[in-house]
Amino acid sequence: MTTPLVQMKNISLSFGGVRAVDDVSIDLYPGEVVGLLGHNGAGKSTLIKILSGAYKADSGEIWINGKKTEITSPRDARNNSIETIYQTLALADNLDAASNLFLGRELTTPLGFVNDSRQEAETRKIMARLNPNFKKLKEPVSALSGGQRQSVAIARAVYFKARVLIMDEPTAALGVHETKMVADLITELKKQGLGIFLISHDTREMMELCDRVSVMKNGQVVGTERVEDVTEDDILSMIIMGKNPKAAA
Amino acid sequence: MSDQTQSTPAPAAKRNLLKQLELDTRLLGMIGAFLVVCLVFNVWTDGRFLTPRNIFNLTIQTVSVAIMATGMVFVIVTRHIDLSVGALLATCTAVMGMMQTRWLPGVLGLEIGSPLIPWITIGLGLITGAVIGAAQGWLIGYRGIPAFIVTLGGLLVWRNVAWYLTDGQTIGPLDDTYILFGGITGTLGWGLSWIAGGIAALAAAAGIYSARRSRVAHDFPVKPLWAEAIVIALTIGAILGFVAVLNAYELPSRVVARDFAAYGCDTAENCNVAYGIPYSVLLLIAVAIVMTVIATRTRLGRYIFATGGNPDAASLSGINTRLLTVKIFAIVGVLCALGGVVASARLGYHTNDIGTLDELRVIAAAVIGGTALSGGLGTIYGAIFGALIMQSLQSGMAMVGVDAPYQNIVVGAVLVFAVWVDIEYRKRTGAK
Repeated sequence: MTTPLVQMKNISLSFGGVRAVDDVSIDLYPGEVVGLLGHNGAGKSTLIKILSGAYKADSGEIWINGKKTEITSPRDARNNSIETIYQTLALADNLDAASNLFLGRELTTPLGFVNDSRQEAETRKIMARLNPNFKKLKEPVSALSGGQRQSVAIARAVYFKARVLIMDEPTAALGVHETKMVADLITELKKQGLGIFLISHDTREMMELCDRVSVMKNGQVVGTERVEDVTEDDILSMIIMGKNPKAAA
Repeated sequence: MSDQTQSTPAPAAKRNLLKQLELDTRLLGMIGAFLVVCLVFNVWTDGRFLTPRNIFNLTIQTVSVAIMATGMVFVIVTRHIDLSVGALLATCTAVMGMMQTRWLPGVLGLEIGSPLIPWITIGLGLITGAVIGAAQGWLIGYRGIPAFIVTLGGLLVWRNVAWYLTDGQTIGPLDDTYILFGGITGTLGWGLSWIAGGIAALAAAAGIYSARRSRVAHDFPVKPLWAEAIVIALTIGAILGFVAVLNAYELPSRVVARDFAAYGCDTAENCNVAYGIPYSVLLLIAVAIVMTVIATRTRLGRYIFATGGNPDAASLSGINTRLLTVKIFAIVGVLCALGGVVASARLGYHTNDIGTLDELRVIAAAVIGGTALSGGLGTIYGAIFGALIMQSLQSGMAMVGVDAPYQNIVVGAVLVFAVWVDIEYRKRTGAK
């Protein structure tokens, strides 16, 4: 059996008196898409931010490729090839696409200056692959459409050869066509052997894209099921009732 | 999509021309505003405003505030503010004044006039500025106290630390070499000014050319060759024109006549000696270049602007925004010390009220220069132009004989007006 790319074991994190994540265990295999579902405040985003290094868990362990790993900052996560595409996109609106793509990992000249020409060239290359319509390389990303902004965020993950990709509502701000583009990309990346955590409220989309789904409620995992074993209604009732109908049966 | 708008036929050839030149319209606007101010005052003063002498004075009066304003750009870009720059300048000049007149001669036994004194003094002054700035930055970045509060406290603290250090006395006369940084007595002279101007012109042309080559090498679109040539010509013209004006201002004949041999003349008659570029202006140019390089070509600068644009994005990208805050305020501290060198050298003394209200001039200069208080936007050259416009207004009104209260009323109104114009400009051009 293959080693999981990511294992999060018995993770807990409290904010003040609130247990945002309560003893959660979850794993992810290469070439797999695992969906996280649940109400707002169920703890999905918090759980994922622990993996991406934005928060630090109170207790629990993270194992990457079968090795116990400490992730205490976004930099640690990146060093372990974990890339995150946030709900809020995490782009600096006043900078252009290339500066955003390489933010925190700038290409430099031998003298240590930022090599803007090379960054722009690399950005053109990867954009030609991901989104051929992308032309506004010189403009601040605030001038881009939602889909174009999303492709900058995705390009960042792809360029730096992520092995684990975390997508927090990647299609929330997108139109129909752009949503399709992201869906195609997820399928493509999956084929290349990446592991993807996907957070979304759209159960139908999740049924199509994911291999497994985990439903969270009040900081705990209600259940993790393979999508072919459950119906959309099963999932909905897990989200709403906080009970796994299959476990009860 | 909206890309198609570019293919619409140009409504006016004029706009097309400007577009092909790819000049910074905001920079042009600022130059335009500056020229209008100059021309109005020139007419009002019957031609006394745009004389080499007044332009020379205007330049050296602007330097201190302009140096600090370049640092204020970084502070405001990261959504902070620094109200302590004037007070910090005073503490630095107090330390430097005491150092060269009392401490070094008294404690270390260096003789007054020793060539070591000015350099040790300036070095320690810069360290003082950096340490105080970094300390304020630490309180803001690591302890989470709003910059407004930390630097408001700093304003009171450092203004009065300066007072305490000097017992409120005027300290001086300052070292002869040190005073060269003030302006009048420290200039390059005719020949060296032209050489400096020539080097600057060549460097600017080479810079523009190599930027073009690098774009061509990567197959990026470039502007037409003739447009590039016009930009280079304008740049060279501006540099050499500036040098020519400063070289046209000559020492008063009485001063030359007193010691004509020292200026290389055989007789006092027909012995004309030009001031040329003041050292303080060279210092400002050096600061401007270094700060522009930091802002546009280094990771530090990239992180400053990224943090200003979206602090969360910056920290999620692994940028240590706390340490960044410390660095920014340390840079401002160093620039306050540099500004202090120029300000006290120009006066020849450290005075107890040196730098009073400079914080407001510096903030106004940065803001008039297009730095947005909402963060993420601002340029170094803009802040320097802002300082120049403010100083022109102030000294122009003084020449015309406007009463002091009216002067401040006008400057205040201009500050608000300039920011309003900038906001409108951004709306029109699409929130850039």
